Amino acid sequence: MKNPLDSLWGTVISGLVLTLVLYVIVKNFLM
Amino acid sequence: MELALARWIHVMAGVMWIGLLYYFNFVQVAALKAATEDGTAAGITKHVAPRALLFFRWAAVVTWLAGAAILGQHFVPAFTLQHGFAGIGIGAWLGTIMLFNVWVLIWPNQKKILGLAPASDEEKAKARRVAFLASRFNTMLSIPMLFFMAYGWQHSGVVFG
Repeated sequence: MKNPLDSLWGTVISGLVLTLVLYVIVKNFLM
Repeated sequence: MELALARWIHVMAGVMWIGLLYYFNFVQVAALKAATEDGTAAGITKHVAPRALLFFRWAAVVTWLAGAAILGQHFVPAFTLQHGFAGIGIGAWLGTIMLFNVWVLIWPNQKKILGLAPASDEEKAKARRVAFLASRFNTMLSIPMLFFMAYGWQHSGVVFG
């Protein structure tokens, strides 16, 4: 499997997905 | 007033840090590839990259220190993700991981790549890959980091403290 960080789009999409995952964790478990 | 001053410095240094991070990832990587093909890469590696890295790594330090000053007495509650501080705490942790990457992974390997530290061709090739991935990893982390800086300030006592 190709490393998503090798492409700019893969990096940006990974960042957006990570933002969503962390937001859900903070909103539901830490607030 | 001290809080406003710390926030001002935090934002200014942060703009320089993340601005240069985006310059490296969105501009320089592709430019260096094209410049290597037409034999003009030295202009970037000799004159541009060392200057950009100087401001990049020290802006990272100033950003983190000013961020710690803003947190003040909320530093521990933020980093331990306590109630009301989880949002800004996640942002602070992401920024801290990014600072670590700058000084432990990116800068030492960039020194080898740019010839500022002795390295064989094999070591340079490895350093190039590690520095590239650490820089891309930081670009990825910057997206949630900036979100939680905005979101966390809005939802914690720090902004009103």
